[in-house]
Amino acid sequence: MTYQWHWSVFLERSPEENGTYLDTLLLGLQTTLATAAAAWILALALGSLVGILGTLPSKSARVLTAAYVELFRNVPLLVQLFLWYFVLPEMLPFAVGSWLKQLPDASFVTAVIGIGFFMSARVAEGVRAGIEALPAGQRLAGAALGLTTAQVYRHVLLPQAFRLTLPPLTSELLNTIKNTSVALAIGLAEVMARARAMQEFSFQVFEAFTAATLIYLAINLVVTLLMRALERRVAMPGSGSGPP
Amino acid sequence: MLRGLGAVVVAASLCGPAAAAEPTGTLKKIKETATIVLGVRDSSVPFSYLGPNQQPVGYTIDICLQIADAIKRELGLKSLAVTMTSITPATRIPLMANGTVDLDCGSTTNNAERQRQVAFTNTHFLATSRILAKTAANVASLDDLKGKPVVSTAGTTNIRQLHEINAARSLGLRILAARDHGEAFLMLETDRAAAFVMDDILLSSLVATAKDPSAYALSEEALSMPEPYGIMFRRNDEPFKRVVDKATADLFGSPDIQAIYDRWFTQPIPPRGIVLNVPMAPALRRAFAHPTDSPDPASYFN
Repeated sequence: MTYQWHWSVFLERSPEENGTYLDTLLLGLQTTLATAAAAWILALALGSLVGILGTLPSKSARVLTAAYVELFRNVPLLVQLFLWYFVLPEMLPFAVGSWLKQLPDASFVTAVIGIGFFMSARVAEGVRAGIEALPAGQRLAGAALGLTTAQVYRHVLLPQAFRLTLPPLTSELLNTIKNTSVALAIGLAEVMARARAMQEFSFQVFEAFTAATLIYLAINLVVTLLMRALERRVAMPGSGSGPP
Repeated sequence: MLRGLGAVVVAASLCGPAAAAEPTGTLKKIKETATIVLGVRDSSVPFSYLGPNQQPVGYTIDICLQIADAIKRELGLKSLAVTMTSITPATRIPLMANGTVDLDCGSTTNNAERQRQVAFTNTHFLATSRILAKTAANVASLDDLKGKPVVSTAGTTNIRQLHEINAARSLGLRILAARDHGEAFLMLETDRAAAFVMDDILLSSLVATAKDPSAYALSEEALSMPEPYGIMFRRNDEPFKRVVDKATADLFGSPDIQAIYDRWFTQPIPPRGIVLNVPMAPALRRAFAHPTDSPDPASYFN
């Protein structure tokens, strides 16, 4: 290797913003966190809804949710982001399309929607699996007590299913955070985009990507620890998912 | 032992006086493997791109092939295999640092910051940052774009200048960063951005390959002094730099360079036979007359 290391490059002035390269990376971190948080809220809400619908007795609900899941799960995220960003505005009426394109944070909004929908399909599968993993007697017992279907879900099935689903949901949350890096393709200035810009300007490629690696690792370790704590807090005694 | 000695004697007698000293660094690697590896780009028209049958072609590649010839002569090699490896802006530095690629034959801007990491040979092109907009929008200068979204490619010197001008002239432009030139152009095409700021030669080639070239107009206003493009290689390898610098200086001093230049900039180029119609600028002519690897744009005005 004939590489010139310059770790001090982070403290040099970045041409992009008024600040150092380190400042631009931290701005990227803010964007990554904001995008991941908003996309995760969307994914969790949509995914829970779709996952629950998929376990209802109604056949049409099952078919529709299966179609939803397969559509958003089987098309690569990059392709979906391109469709949301470049294709959707062209298919809308001209005025609406132009308004969308001129939104000040178009790439942020598109990234949240694109990643949110993509991840919602995976959340939906997790939630559905969690509900289906419960013994059939739970649902029947609820019905036998005279609860409506909504009440059975609210008071019997979901409290157990979400606890069961927590570990896989942690993985999906981590995936959501990592998937924000794909949004650099639609011009979102998140950590990866900032690192790329930094290596292009300065040619200090290894320093830039080392910083990006450490940032992702740090965020995801913190998230993992928090989720572990949450898992312990809500664990059901005797369910096998909590401490003995 | 004796056989080894014999081989050295034979090798020494075959080589010319120039190669008398045992080569080091990149020259040593090229001599030992009888191979030189050129890093090529897939869509940097007309510098380095995939032409017919997915073969890399272009202006910079032609120059690199001449450099390879000069290296072959310098090392007294009977044959020198030229391998082409695809590189991107994100991979060119690692591939160069780890020895995969010997010469970067693309359209890399030579600037002072980058010279801390790599070395460049004599400048082979000068590009000026200009504004591309839809003809209908009638954009003559950045002042016509106040408050509008303007796109450039992330990590380029152009987006850096755009940020600086935006701040200095308080234009209130919304500057968007696209991942690559193709995507930036798509943002202009779909009206996500009102203009695309980039090196004029890259804009010309994007327009020439667009569906409707007449729909786009390039500004007269230049946002920068001409920025030098250079062929890049590993730093701190003086013997290699001497050979490459001499090869390019010889080429730039000969009439051949005009022919190579015209072939890519004023004549139909593969694959679709478009003509970029960019005659050699006086500043570039001067740079060829006085070859230099200076990263300073101002030095090309003298």
